[in-house]
Amino acid sequence: MITPPSSAGLFSYVLGLADDALVSAQRLGWWISRAPQLEEDLALANIGLDQLGQARTLLTYAGEVEGAGRTEDDLAYLRDEREFRNVWLVERAQTDFGVAMARLLLFSAWQSELYAALAAGSDPTLAAIAGKAVKEVAYHLDHAAHWVVRLGDGTEESHARMQAALETEWPYVDELFGPVEGAVVDPAVLRPAVLTTVEAVLAEATLSVPQVARARGGGRHGLHTEELGYLLAEMQHLHRSHPGATW
Amino acid sequence: MSSFEDLLADDGRVEPRDEMPDDYRRTLVRQIAQHAHSEIIGMQPEGNWISRAPSLRRKAILMAKVQDEAGHGLYLYAAAETLGVDREDLLDQLHTGRQKYSSIFNYPTLTWADVGAIGWLVDGAAIVNQVPLCRCSYGPYARAMIRVCKEESFHQRQGFEILHTLSHGTPAQRAMAQDAVDRYWWPALMMFGPPDADSPHSEQSMAWGIKRFSNDELRQRFIDMTVPQAEALGLTLPDPELRWNADRGHYDSGPIDFTELFEVIKGNGPCNAQRMAHRVRAHEDGAWVREAASAYAAKHAARTREGAA
Amino acid sequence: MTNSVKDWPLWEVFVRSRRGLSHVHVGSLHAPDAEMALRNARDVYTRRQEGVSLWVVPSAQIVASEAGQRESFFDPAADKVYRHPTFYDVPEGVEHL
Repeated sequence: MITPPSSAGLFSYVLGLADDALVSAQRLGWWISRAPQLEEDLALANIGLDQLGQARTLLTYAGEVEGAGRTEDDLAYLRDEREFRNVWLVERAQTDFGVAMARLLLFSAWQSELYAALAAGSDPTLAAIAGKAVKEVAYHLDHAAHWVVRLGDGTEESHARMQAALETEWPYVDELFGPVEGAVVDPAVLRPAVLTTVEAVLAEATLSVPQVARARGGGRHGLHTEELGYLLAEMQHLHRSHPGATW
Repeated sequence: MSSFEDLLADDGRVEPRDEMPDDYRRTLVRQIAQHAHSEIIGMQPEGNWISRAPSLRRKAILMAKVQDEAGHGLYLYAAAETLGVDREDLLDQLHTGRQKYSSIFNYPTLTWADVGAIGWLVDGAAIVNQVPLCRCSYGPYARAMIRVCKEESFHQRQGFEILHTLSHGTPAQRAMAQDAVDRYWWPALMMFGPPDADSPHSEQSMAWGIKRFSNDELRQRFIDMTVPQAEALGLTLPDPELRWNADRGHYDSGPIDFTELFEVIKGNGPCNAQRMAHRVRAHEDGAWVREAASAYAAKHAARTREGAA
Repeated sequence: MTNSVKDWPLWEVFVRSRRGLSHVHVGSLHAPDAEMALRNARDVYTRRQEGVSLWVVPSAQIVASEAGQRESFFDPAADKVYRHPTFYDVPEGVEHL
């Protein structure tokens, strides 16, 4: 049991979870009209929409916790790079389907455990948000797992590409379990269950767990890769070009 | 072949395993495929704004809308496949330029207001075209269109809402809305195809119950419907000759420059090459994924058989 | 059917819109295997809460009556009017029959 966080701590924590979902949805949106098959365009859009929905309710809650009257859009569009709290896993471009599925597997396996814990946790608003989201991410995990298995155990080429994609994403796993200010659920306790889930999928996919050095990370403190700035520039440009306008 | 004629005379529906004239089948395949291609190419101009949508609410709506277009393409390919063609072959014909898609999607979406104009004018025109197709003589096409029309109704409304918000917003937003309408009005009118006098396939398609109204009738219906909506938006339509004709009970409108339409159909629109390149790249980049899934399925089926033996 | 390695087979999709109703055919889709077909069906055909249960069947496995058999299959049922309750006279005032 950890002590209840201060409102500033809780704000920062909720913001981190919101930014994870928002930035991930922004990256997934790229895939719509670019998926390997039409059916997959629909599937990825569904997942992106779920994540965006999670981001919106979490941002709204973060705004309430902060108590300064900031809306979901204020928080999404009017913060700079250093104020974003998302992990590095979600913020880098993902234009290879193998990378997208490797990342979705890791992210949704983590989100599944996280939301399940939050749903049973001490913060009633987060518990309600997580209670809804946990069903959504169960489907995301199922989707990613099915693809990782098919790509890992598909052709020689797909096996090699899927293993490479996994090596690309694996350095960012550690950050998911690092200490976070204001945490309602201690990130470290999620690690065994998440890795058990992921490793079972990799085994079925005939893939091996990468042995790679962890990335530096720092997203929870507002330290990001260079790629986040471009993502935000694109996402925020129009909104910021018309201060105070409604859309 | 009398049963086919009887069915049509009876306003009945032709179903996949029925006997039908080769030309009827060919016309349907061509039309349904072109329609399906239009849906999936149509994902691009609007998809262009998903990453930049100016609010999270708008982003969610737009993602859902572009996703619907993928769905509509899929329903239509499925309808075409009941006529004995494969989606893979139809896509190949699209990618090699042997089949067309609607020329409207060869125009760029330059500002956010274009997303509104596409919803209001382009989807509006599409709905006018599509509603009669819900009664098309070919059952699977008609059923697909019923599903499409049901889902499409939110598309036009969200476009109208975008423009309404912009036209009642800041001067810059208002100008953005007017500019988008100015650019999309004429191309939207061209979506109904050439005038009846120059429409080569129309007469036969009407006789077969594939088409229920002529190009010009549908275009007029769209104009009559849209002019009052433009007034409600407080935006002008870029046709100085547009005025109510009490004798006809319709709006009169100025001449349409169809040379523009034919130029775009020939491939000389602003975005033809870009749209095709995007589509072909997505298909080629996905080949290894599709192959892997097939290989996995084959392996897995083989293993299951061994397990059972 | 001429499926190359790249082509995914076609599946027919049936949706139960709510409990108490039968599954109804809604369309088709492509998928490499049954598990993916079921998931694709969910994403394609139940985006607007259209269903509570799904079936997918390989299109090649559907056995259909031939259009040419229509007369011999279905016309003989046309003169069996006695199968329908409205065929029978019921005296006025008799209820629950």
